[in-house]
Amino acid sequence: MGSIKLLLEKAHVEGIRYYDVYRREGGYRSVEKALKTMSPETIVEEVKKSGLRGRGGAGFPAGMKWSFIAKPEGVPRHLVCNADESEPGTFKDRYLMEFIPHLLIEGLIVSSFALGSNDTYIYIRGEYAWIVDILEQAIIEAKNNGWLGKNILGSGFDCNIHVQRGAGAYICGEETALIESLEGKRGNPRIKPPFPAVQGLWMRPTVVNNVETLAAVVPIINMGGEEYAKIGVGRSTGTKLISACGNINKPGVYEIDMTISVEEFIYSDEYCGGIANGKRLKACIPGGSSVPILPANLLLKTAKGETRFMNYESLSDGGFASGSMMGSGGFIVLDEDQCVVKNTYTLARFYRHESCGQCSPCREGTGWMEKILWNIESGKGKMSDIDLLWDVQSKIEGNTICPLGDAAAWPVAAAIRHFRDEFEWHITNKEEAQKRNFGLAHYANPIHVPA
Amino acid sequence: MIQFNDTQMAEFKRLVNRYPADKKKSALLPVLHLAQDSFGGWLSTETMDYVAALLEIKPIEVYEVATFYSMYNLKPVGKYMFEVCQTGPCMLRGSDDIIAYINEKLGIKPGETTADGMFTLKTVECLGACGYAPMMQLGKHYKEHLTKQKIDEIIEDCKKAAINNN
Ligand SMILES: Cc1cc2nc3c(=O)[nH]c(=O)nc-3n(C[C@H](O)[C@H](O)[C@H](O)COP(=O)(O)O)c2cc1C
Ligand code: SF4
Ligand code: FES
Repeated sequence: MGSIKLLLEKAHVEGIRYYDVYRREGGYRSVEKALKTMSPETIVEEVKKSGLRGRGGAGFPAGMKWSFIAKPEGVPRHLVCNADESEPGTFKDRYLMEFIPHLLIEGLIVSSFALGSNDTYIYIRGEYAWIVDILEQAIIEAKNNGWLGKNILGSGFDCNIHVQRGAGAYICGEETALIESLEGKRGNPRIKPPFPAVQGLWMRPTVVNNVETLAAVVPIINMGGEEYAKIGVGRSTGTKLISACGNINKPGVYEIDMTISVEEFIYSDEYCGGIANGKRLKACIPGGSSVPILPANLLLKTAKGETRFMNYESLSDGGFASGSMMGSGGFIVLDEDQCVVKNTYTLARFYRHESCGQCSPCREGTGWMEKILWNIESGKGKMSDIDLLWDVQSKIEGNTICPLGDAAAWPVAAAIRHFRDEFEWHITNKEEAQKRNFGLAHYANPIHVPA
Repeated sequence: MIQFNDTQMAEFKRLVNRYPADKKKSALLPVLHLAQDSFGGWLSTETMDYVAALLEIKPIEVYEVATFYSMYNLKPVGKYMFEVCQTGPCMLRGSDDIIAYINEKLGIKPGETTADGMFTLKTVECLGACGYAPMMQLGKHYKEHLTKQKIDEIIEDCKKAAINNN
């Protein structure tokens, strides 16, 4: 199975970015099927049957989320597409929007119909400025060909899609912060409840979904939810986009069907093509910067010694003690020359920079973690700093309005959990640590490197 | 007094029309981008007050947004701003060397602008190009797979473009 593609199959067809080619290749069939032969309720049912889980990071079942949307009489509802993509290591949504923008537009039309959204918004991170032009071009083409606007395909359903640029703030990927930002405010996450499904954009019922989630609605409608659910394994149905980066031979965006092993993903030429420059694998953050880092041995095999696979369940096998998470699919690989302390420091700096500052554990804690890590990294650390760092991260987790606090705490916790000796080495060998890296330690051996 | 020209005003109207008539404020982020692009690459108090008047909101509502988001410049920046990503994945692929090289080549540290107002160096956090690292943003586009040689070329291109535009 391995190489089944539902989203990116056509991404490299010459000219697929433009409507005529996209349509010729079978595009917009799902809109015809949905608007002519299905009701909004049956679409939601199909998505439920497909087992599709949100691709933005949390993995919440999409169909279930849709069924929660409130339908008060006379109040407009909105679908909002989350294209804020700012979690370090993650660049899959960009790829999809850049190369096959009509797939997203197609998914948005079907999803808008299912949810009853006449005005649907794509909130895209501000730095993706050129992609805004690509999307707006695709929207104009779709409209000119009758897939958007009034009374689409004579169904009586009206829909317009608008693209709004953010302006540089990771926190606006959090759905309630995103809604605030869409309303022209600072990106401060809201306290829940009320949930967006009841009071979201302009206090109207709103569903926020990731780009990839909404694009996946297209194959689900085309092939039917049950068929879609047959791809993959267990509760990891369908295909997943993985953006792979770091010290590998072939960084890029790959579509996988979630039955392949982590080892195959890293070493096979079809995907990452092995570790760059003939080095050995040291560690990996498999699901975007906020998920726990794993040393090579725990990455390729679970603590029980079983093969680890690229799916939701297997990646989280062992919980935080010995596992990680699928997250957003941002797969960051570190080779033997990399420094875990430094890498963790850059991530701590990222979260401090991106904290909105509303809750003190997050605002103060992220600053502390950055400072302590900087001290250790630059040769000014004390042995007690490691426990202090552990203490600070443990006081953030679970004590904040939004999950950014957890996202900042987890990478630090996992780095200490699995690489404590590397932190200690930095502190006891201050000068040496400024000149060279710790390298591979006992935890990384034995690593099975296929020939 | 600053004011959008006709083309900019048409764009302003297009942006505002995406939102319900009584939710004009929603257009604030895109309108600030437009204003920044239209009035010298940064947001002066005068510019922000103008935006507030156009959207019929209080100036403070504009200031609080302009100060929150990292893409709005609250002071003048160079004609060409090199925004180099320094987060983990880029660091793993050598972004530190790229930043040091630009520093050496242009004589500016992160946050500084060259005396002739041509270049600003800024370090930024992950821009969603981790697989094409090291990278930087230059205006509306990304420059990826950076090397020292590529930096040299980019600097030359900027200088040429500046001459041609004058
Ligand atoms: C700090 C933070 C940042 C987030 N960033 C993103 C993002 O960039 N893109 C995204 O789709 N979801 C992001 N999320 C998750 C969203 O809050 C939300 O769960 C998601 O958009 C729902 O879509 P899905 O169910 O289709 O995954 C983020 C969450 C948090 C807490
Ligand atoms: S956890 Fe951090 S980012 Fe989230 S609301 Fe609190 S301060 Fe803001
Ligand atoms: S870390 Fe530099 S673009 Fe993501």
